[in-house]
Amino acid sequence: MADNVKPRVRVPRDATAGEEITIKTLISHPMESGQRKDGDGNVIPRSIINRFTCTFNGETVIDVTLEPAISTNPYFEFQAIVPETGTFEFTWYDDDGAVYTDSKEITVG
Amino acid sequence: MKTVFKGGVTAVALFAAYAVQADQEANLVINEDIEITVRADAPEHLENLSTIYSGWVFRSSETQALQMDDFENPGMIFVDDAIEAWNTVEGSEGESCASCHGAPEELAGVRAVYPKWNDEAEEVRTIAMQVNDCRTSQMGAEEWKYDGGDMINMEALIASVSRGMTVNVATDGPAQSMWEKGRDIYYTRFGQLDLSCANCHEDNYDNNIRADHLSQGQINGFPTYRLKNAKLNGVHSRFRGCIRDTRAETYGVGTEEFIALELYVASRGNGLSVEGPSVRN
Repeated sequence: MADNVKPRVRVPRDATAGEEITIKTLISHPMESGQRKDGDGNVIPRSIINRFTCTFNGETVIDVTLEPAISTNPYFEFQAIVPETGTFEFTWYDDDGAVYTDSKEITVG
Repeated sequence: MKTVFKGGVTAVALFAAYAVQADQEANLVINEDIEITVRADAPEHLENLSTIYSGWVFRSSETQALQMDDFENPGMIFVDDAIEAWNTVEGSEGESCASCHGAPEELAGVRAVYPKWNDEAEEVRTIAMQVNDCRTSQMGAEEWKYDGGDMINMEALIASVSRGMTVNVATDGPAQSMWEKGRDIYYTRFGQLDLSCANCHEDNYDNNIRADHLSQGQINGFPTYRLKNAKLNGVHSRFRGCIRDTRAETYGVGTEEFIALELYVASRGNGLSVEGPSVRN
Protein backbone atom coordinates (compact mmCIF):
# COMPACT_ATOMS: atom_id res chain seq x y z
CA MET A 1 0.00 0.00 0.00
CA ALA A 2 1.48 3.26 -1.06
CA ASP A 3 1.80 5.85 1.72
CA ASN A 4 0.52 9.40 1.78
CA VAL A 5 -1.74 9.01 -1.22
CA LYS A 6 -3.96 12.04 -1.38
CA PRO A 7 -6.10 13.14 -4.33
CA ARG A 8 -6.50 16.82 -5.09
CA VAL A 9 -8.97 18.33 -7.53
CA ARG A 10 -9.71 21.83 -8.69
CA VAL A 11 -13.03 22.53 -10.43
CA PRO A 12 -14.67 25.97 -10.74
CA ARG A 13 -17.62 26.41 -8.35
CA ASP A 14 -19.95 27.70 -11.02
CA ALA A 15 -20.20 28.05 -14.77
CA THR A 16 -22.64 29.06 -17.47
CA ALA A 17 -24.44 26.35 -19.47
CA GLY A 18 -22.26 25.00 -22.26
CA GLU A 19 -19.15 26.73 -20.94
CA GLU A 20 -15.84 24.93 -21.37
CA ILE A 21 -14.22 24.67 -17.96
CA THR A 22 -10.72 23.55 -16.98
CA ILE A 23 -10.31 20.77 -14.44
CA LYS A 24 -7.02 20.08 -12.72
CA THR A 25 -6.31 16.92 -10.75
CA LEU A 26 -3.26 15.66 -8.95
CA ILE A 27 -2.73 12.61 -6.78
CA SER A 28 0.34 12.22 -4.63
CA HIS A 29 1.69 8.76 -5.38
CA PRO A 30 5.23 7.36 -5.77
CA MET A 31 4.45 5.62 -9.11
CA GLU A 32 7.10 2.96 -8.53
CA SER A 33 7.83 1.67 -12.03
CA GLY A 34 8.93 -1.87 -11.21
CA GLN A 35 12.17 -1.27 -13.10
CA ARG A 36 14.25 -0.08 -10.17
CA LYS A 37 16.33 -2.10 -7.73
CA ASP A 38 16.96 -1.46 -4.06
CA GLY A 39 20.37 -1.35 -2.35
CA ASP A 40 20.55 -5.16 -2.20
CA GLY A 41 19.83 -5.63 -5.89
CA ASN A 42 16.23 -6.79 -5.45
CA VAL A 43 13.63 -5.42 -7.83
CA ILE A 44 11.27 -2.96 -6.14
CA PRO A 45 7.80 -4.20 -7.09
CA ARG A 46 5.70 -2.08 -9.39
CA SER A 47 3.15 0.08 -7.60
CA ILE A 48 1.38 2.65 -9.72
CA ILE A 49 -1.98 4.26 -10.28
CA ASN A 50 -3.08 2.34 -13.39
CA ARG A 51 -6.38 4.04 -14.24
CA PHE A 52 -7.97 7.42 -13.73
CA THR A 53 -11.57 8.29 -14.55
CA CYS A 54 -13.77 11.34 -14.32
CA THR A 55 -17.54 11.28 -14.69
CA PHE A 56 -20.15 14.02 -14.67
CA ASN A 57 -23.59 12.98 -13.38
CA GLY A 58 -22.64 9.41 -14.24
CA GLU A 59 -21.48 10.17 -17.78
CA THR A 60 -17.82 9.50 -18.61
CA VAL A 61 -15.75 12.63 -19.19
CA ILE A 62 -12.33 11.01 -19.36
CA ASP A 63 -10.97 7.51 -18.78
CA VAL A 64 -7.19 7.15 -18.77
CA THR A 65 -4.87 4.16 -18.62
CA LEU A 66 -1.64 5.03 -16.85
CA GLU A 67 1.63 3.26 -17.64
CA PRO A 68 4.73 2.74 -15.48
CA ALA A 69 6.74 5.47 -17.23
CA ILE A 70 4.47 8.19 -15.83
CA SER A 71 6.32 10.04 -13.13
CA THR A 72 5.51 10.49 -9.48
CA ASN A 73 2.40 12.48 -8.42
CA PRO A 74 0.47 12.20 -11.71
CA TYR A 75 -1.22 15.43 -12.75
CA PHE A 76 -4.07 15.74 -15.25
CA GLU A 77 -5.52 18.89 -16.67
CA PHE A 78 -8.44 18.69 -19.11
CA GLN A 79 -11.46 20.60 -20.34
CA ALA A 80 -15.11 19.68 -19.99
CA ILE A 81 -18.32 21.30 -21.15
CA VAL A 82 -20.95 21.45 -18.43
CA PRO A 83 -24.59 21.42 -19.61
CA GLU A 84 -26.22 21.53 -16.15
CA THR A 85 -25.66 21.64 -12.43
CA GLY A 86 -24.11 18.43 -11.20
CA THR A 87 -21.27 16.49 -9.68
CA PHE A 88 -17.88 15.52 -11.03
CA GLU A 89 -16.67 12.20 -9.62
CA PHE A 90 -12.97 11.40 -9.84
CA THR A 91 -11.56 7.91 -9.31
CA TRP A 92 -7.99 6.66 -9.20
CA TYR A 93 -7.26 2.89 -9.25
CA ASP A 94 -4.09 1.67 -7.55
CA ASP A 95 -2.17 -1.50 -8.49
CA ASP A 96 -2.66 -2.72 -4.93
CA GLY A 97 -6.43 -2.67 -5.33
CA ALA A 98 -6.99 0.58 -3.46
CA VAL A 99 -9.41 3.04 -5.03
CA TYR A 100 -9.20 6.73 -4.26
CA THR A 101 -12.10 9.03 -4.97
CA ASP A 102 -12.98 12.69 -4.81
CA SER A 103 -15.96 14.67 -6.02
CA LYS A 104 -16.81 18.29 -6.78
CA GLU A 105 -20.13 20.04 -7.23
CA ILE A 106 -20.58 22.63 -9.93
CA THR A 107 -23.51 25.00 -10.24
CA VAL A 108 -24.67 26.09 -13.65
CA GLY A 109 -26.54 29.37 -13.39
CA MET B 1 6.03 34.84 -52.35
CA LYS B 2 7.36 37.92 -50.70
CA THR B 3 4.56 37.91 -48.12
CA VAL B 4 5.29 34.34 -47.09
CA PHE B 5 8.93 35.18 -46.59
CA LYS B 6 8.09 38.17 -44.43
CA GLY B 7 5.72 36.07 -42.36
CA GLY B 8 8.48 33.59 -41.70
CA VAL B 9 10.84 36.28 -40.47
CA THR B 10 8.24 37.75 -38.14
CA ALA B 11 7.49 34.37 -36.64
CA VAL B 12 11.15 33.74 -35.92
CA ALA B 13 11.59 37.19 -34.37
CA LEU B 14 8.52 36.71 -32.19
CA PHE B 15 9.73 33.34 -31.03
CA ALA B 16 13.13 34.71 -30.05
CA ALA B 17 11.58 37.62 -28.15
CA TYR B 18 9.21 35.24 -26.38
CA ALA B 19 12.01 32.94 -25.27
CA VAL B 20 13.97 35.80 -23.72
CA GLN B 21 10.97 37.43 -22.08
CA ALA B 22 9.55 34.24 -20.71
CA ASP B 23 12.80 33.40 -19.00
CA GLN B 24 14.40 36.51 -17.70
CA GLU B 25 12.02 39.45 -17.90
CA ALA B 26 9.04 37.66 -16.37
CA ASN B 27 7.56 38.58 -13.03
CA LEU B 28 6.43 36.05 -10.49
CA VAL B 29 2.96 36.25 -8.99
CA ILE B 30 1.85 33.15 -7.10
CA ASN B 31 -1.85 32.18 -7.21
CA GLU B 32 -2.53 35.55 -8.90
CA ASP B 33 -2.12 36.98 -5.42
CA ILE B 34 1.33 36.88 -3.84
CA GLU B 35 3.77 39.18 -5.62
CA ILE B 36 7.34 37.97 -5.46
CA THR B 37 10.33 40.26 -5.90
CA VAL B 38 12.60 38.32 -8.24
CA ARG B 39 15.09 41.13 -8.95
CA ALA B 40 16.27 43.82 -6.57
CA ASP B 41 19.17 46.15 -5.87
CA ALA B 42 22.00 44.24 -4.24
CA PRO B 43 22.41 44.77 -0.48
CA GLU B 44 25.20 47.18 0.47
CA HIS B 45 27.61 44.55 1.70
CA LEU B 46 27.67 42.94 -1.75
CA GLU B 47 30.50 44.68 -3.57
CA ASN B 48 30.61 42.65 -6.74
CA LEU B 49 26.96 42.64 -7.83
CA SER B 50 24.62 45.53 -8.54
CA THR B 51 21.40 43.55 -8.98
CA ILE B 52 20.34 40.34 -7.29
CA TYR B 53 18.08 37.83 -9.04
CA SER B 54 16.01 34.97 -7.74
CA GLY B 55 16.96 31.63 -9.30
CA TRP B 56 13.42 31.60 -10.72
CA VAL B 57 14.35 34.05 -13.51
CA PHE B 58 17.02 31.67 -14.83
CA ARG B 59 14.63 28.78 -15.36
CA SER B 60 12.62 27.94 -18.47
CA SER B 61 9.10 29.29 -18.82
CA GLU B 62 7.61 25.82 -18.20
CA THR B 63 9.45 25.46 -14.91
CA GLN B 64 8.59 29.03 -13.98
CA ALA B 65 4.91 28.34 -14.56
CA LEU B 66 4.89 25.45 -12.09
CA GLN B 67 5.61 27.86 -9.28
CA MET B 68 2.88 30.33 -10.20
CA ASP B 69 0.03 28.16 -8.98
CA ASP B 70 0.08 26.19 -5.73
CA PHE B 71 -1.99 23.46 -7.33
CA GLU B 72 0.73 22.83 -9.87
CA ASN B 73 3.66 23.36 -7.51
CA PRO B 74 4.68 19.83 -6.48
CA GLY B 75 6.40 21.29 -3.42
CA MET B 76 2.99 22.07 -1.94
CA ILE B 77 2.28 18.32 -1.63
CA PHE B 78 5.03 18.22 0.96
CA VAL B 79 3.65 21.31 2.66
CA ASP B 80 0.38 19.40 3.10
CA ASP B 81 2.31 16.59 4.77
CA ALA B 82 3.92 19.13 7.09
CA ILE B 83 0.52 20.56 8.07
CA GLU B 84 -0.39 17.09 9.31
CA ALA B 85 2.87 16.87 11.26
CA TRP B 86 2.22 20.39 12.62
CA ASN B 87 -1.03 19.19 14.21
CA THR B 88 0.32 15.83 15.42
CA VAL B 89 1.07 15.44 19.11
CA GLU B 90 4.46 13.81 19.65
CA GLY B 91 6.79 13.21 22.57
CA SER B 92 6.47 13.06 26.34
CA GLU B 93 4.88 16.48 26.89
CA GLY B 94 1.73 15.81 24.86
CA GLU B 95 2.35 18.83 22.64
CA SER B 96 2.23 19.47 18.91
CA CYS B 97 3.56 22.49 17.03
CA ALA B 98 -0.02 23.78 17.03
CA SER B 99 -0.38 23.66 20.82
CA CYS B 100 2.07 26.56 21.21
CA HIS B 101 2.06 28.28 17.83
CA GLY B 102 -1.57 27.90 16.75
CA ALA B 103 -1.92 28.04 12.98
CA PRO B 104 1.19 27.82 10.78
CA GLU B 105 0.38 31.35 9.58
CA GLU B 106 1.38 32.58 13.05
CA LEU B 107 4.97 31.99 11.93
CA ALA B 108 4.69 34.37 8.97
CA GLY B 109 7.87 36.40 8.74
CA VAL B 110 10.12 33.80 10.38
CA ARG B 111 11.64 32.50 7.15
CA ALA B 112 12.54 36.05 6.11
CA VAL B 113 14.94 36.66 9.02
CA TYR B 114 16.55 33.24 9.52
CA PRO B 115 19.31 32.18 10.16
CA LYS B 116 19.19 34.36 13.24
CA TRP B 117 21.14 34.92 16.46
CA ASN B 118 19.54 33.28 19.49
CA ASP B 119 20.34 35.18 22.70
CA GLU B 120 19.66 32.34 25.13
CA ALA B 121 21.64 29.72 23.28
CA GLU B 122 24.25 32.27 22.20
CA GLU B 123 24.46 30.85 18.71
CA VAL B 124 23.22 31.50 15.20
CA ARG B 125 20.26 29.26 14.56
CA THR B 126 18.75 28.01 11.35
CA ILE B 127 15.05 27.15 11.17
CA ALA B 128 15.96 23.46 11.33
CA MET B 129 17.89 23.99 14.58
CA GLN B 130 14.99 25.94 16.03
CA VAL B 131 12.51 23.22 15.06
CA ASN B 132 14.68 20.56 16.68
CA ASP B 133 15.08 22.68 19.81
CA CYS B 134 11.29 22.93 20.00
CA ARG B 135 10.95 19.20 19.51
CA THR B 136 13.43 18.23 22.24
CA SER B 137 12.87 20.93 24.87
CA GLN B 138 9.18 21.75 24.41
CA MET B 139 7.66 18.54 23.07
CA GLY B 140 10.00 15.96 24.59
CA ALA B 141 10.17 14.36 21.15
CA GLU B 142 13.13 13.05 19.22
CA GLU B 143 15.10 15.32 16.96
CA TRP B 144 14.40 15.16 13.27
CA LYS B 145 17.31 14.48 10.97
CA TYR B 146 18.76 17.75 9.71
CA ASP B 147 17.71 17.95 6.03
CA GLY B 148 15.65 14.76 6.40
CA GLY B 149 12.20 14.54 4.85
CA ASP B 150 10.18 15.55 7.94
CA MET B 151 12.41 18.54 8.58
CA ILE B 152 12.45 19.79 5.00
CA ASN B 153 8.68 19.49 4.77
CA MET B 154 8.29 21.53 7.95
CA GLU B 155 10.75 24.13 6.64
CA ALA B 156 8.68 24.30 3.47
CA LEU B 157 5.52 24.92 5.48
CA ILE B 158 7.24 27.64 7.51
CA ALA B 159 8.61 29.21 4.32
CA SER B 160 5.26 29.01 2.51
CA VAL B 161 3.50 31.24 5.03
CA SER B 162 6.16 33.94 4.55
CA ARG B 163 6.02 34.00 0.77
CA GLY B 164 6.21 37.49 -0.63
CA MET B 165 7.89 38.90 2.47
CA THR B 166 11.28 40.51 1.97
CA VAL B 167 14.34 38.58 3.10
CA ASN B 168 16.08 40.62 5.77
CA VAL B 169 18.75 38.62 7.55
CA ALA B 170 20.78 40.47 10.19
CA THR B 171 24.50 40.50 9.39
CA ASP B 172 25.67 42.67 12.27
CA GLY B 173 25.57 42.46 16.05
CA PRO B 174 26.33 39.11 17.65
CA ALA B 175 25.84 37.27 14.34
CA GLN B 176 28.63 39.21 12.65
CA SER B 177 31.46 36.78 13.35
CA MET B 178 29.47 33.86 11.93
CA TRP B 179 28.52 35.99 8.96
CA GLU B 180 32.18 36.82 8.28
CA LYS B 181 33.07 33.16 8.58
CA GLY B 182 30.40 32.38 5.99
CA ARG B 183 31.74 35.07 3.69
CA ASP B 184 35.24 33.61 3.96
CA ILE B 185 33.92 30.18 2.98
CA TYR B 186 32.00 31.70 0.07
CA TYR B 187 35.19 33.18 -1.38
CA THR B 188 37.46 30.21 -0.60
CA ARG B 189 38.34 27.93 -3.50
CA PHE B 190 37.67 24.27 -2.79
CA GLY B 191 38.42 20.95 -4.40
CA GLN B 192 40.43 19.66 -7.32
CA LEU B 193 38.60 22.06 -9.61
CA ASP B 194 39.69 24.93 -7.37
CA LEU B 195 36.35 26.72 -7.40
CA SER B 196 34.78 29.02 -4.86
CA CYS B 197 31.04 29.72 -4.70
CA ALA B 198 31.81 33.14 -6.21
CA ASN B 199 33.50 31.70 -9.31
CA CYS B 200 30.20 30.32 -10.54
CA HIS B 201 27.51 32.34 -8.82
CA GLU B 202 29.10 35.79 -8.87
CA ASP B 203 31.52 35.81 -11.82
CA ASN B 204 29.53 33.57 -14.14
CA TYR B 205 25.83 33.68 -13.31
CA ASP B 206 23.67 33.76 -16.44
CA ASN B 207 26.36 31.77 -18.28
CA ASN B 208 26.02 28.07 -18.96
CA ILE B 209 28.01 25.49 -17.09
CA ARG B 210 27.66 22.70 -19.60
CA ALA B 211 23.86 22.44 -20.01
CA ASP B 212 22.99 24.23 -16.79
CA HIS B 213 22.07 27.90 -16.72
CA LEU B 214 23.92 29.28 -13.70
CA SER B 215 21.94 31.34 -11.21
CA GLN B 216 23.30 33.60 -8.54
CA GLY B 217 22.89 30.81 -6.04
CA GLN B 218 20.29 32.70 -4.01
CA ILE B 219 18.55 30.64 -1.33
CA ASN B 220 15.36 32.70 -0.92
CA GLY B 221 13.45 29.90 -2.70
CA PHE B 222 14.50 27.07 -0.37
CA PRO B 223 13.36 24.45 0.32
CA THR B 224 13.31 23.79 -3.39
CA TYR B 225 11.39 21.12 -5.28
CA ARG B 226 13.79 19.87 -7.92
CA LEU B 227 12.38 18.20 -11.00
CA LYS B 228 15.49 16.03 -11.21
CA ASN B 229 14.84 14.22 -7.95
CA ALA B 230 11.11 14.89 -7.46
CA LYS B 231 11.44 15.99 -3.86
CA LEU B 232 12.16 18.98 -1.69
CA ASN B 233 15.83 19.83 -1.20
CA GLY B 234 17.37 21.68 1.72
CA VAL B 235 19.99 24.40 1.61
CA HIS B 236 22.71 22.34 3.25
CA SER B 237 22.18 19.40 0.90
CA ARG B 238 22.48 21.85 -1.99
CA PHE B 239 25.72 23.24 -0.53
CA ARG B 240 27.05 19.69 -0.27
CA GLY B 241 26.15 19.03 -3.90
CA CYS B 242 27.92 22.18 -5.05
CA ILE B 243 31.09 21.51 -3.09
CA ARG B 244 31.09 17.87 -4.15
CA ASP B 245 30.98 19.04 -7.75
CA THR B 246 34.24 20.91 -7.19
CA ARG B 247 35.63 17.48 -6.25
CA ALA B 248 36.22 18.51 -2.67
CA GLU B 249 35.52 16.79 0.63
CA THR B 250 32.45 18.67 1.78
CA TYR B 251 31.35 19.89 5.17
CA GLY B 252 28.51 17.92 6.73
CA VAL B 253 24.88 18.93 6.76
CA GLY B 254 24.16 20.98 9.90
CA THR B 255 27.81 21.81 10.63
CA GLU B 256 28.90 25.21 11.91
CA GLU B 257 30.56 25.93 8.57
CA PHE B 258 27.34 25.38 6.65
CA ILE B 259 25.30 27.38 9.17
CA ALA B 260 27.74 30.26 8.68
CA LEU B 261 27.55 29.84 4.91
CA GLU B 262 23.74 29.71 5.02
CA LEU B 263 23.68 32.94 7.03
CA TYR B 264 25.99 34.66 4.58
CA VAL B 265 24.28 33.39 1.44
CA ALA B 266 20.86 34.27 2.87
CA SER B 267 22.11 37.83 3.48
CA ARG B 268 23.16 38.07 -0.17
CA GLY B 269 19.45 37.76 -0.94
CA ASN B 270 18.35 40.59 1.37
CA GLY B 271 15.81 42.42 -0.76
CA LEU B 272 14.37 39.40 -2.62
CA SER B 273 11.15 37.73 -1.45
CA VAL B 274 10.77 34.48 0.41
CA GLU B 275 9.68 32.00 -2.28
CA GLY B 276 9.86 28.53 -0.76
CA PRO B 277 8.87 25.98 -1.70
CA SER B 278 10.17 26.98 -5.11
CA VAL B 279 10.42 24.80 -8.23
CA ARG B 280 13.74 24.39 -10.02
CA ASN B 281 15.22 21.88 -12.42
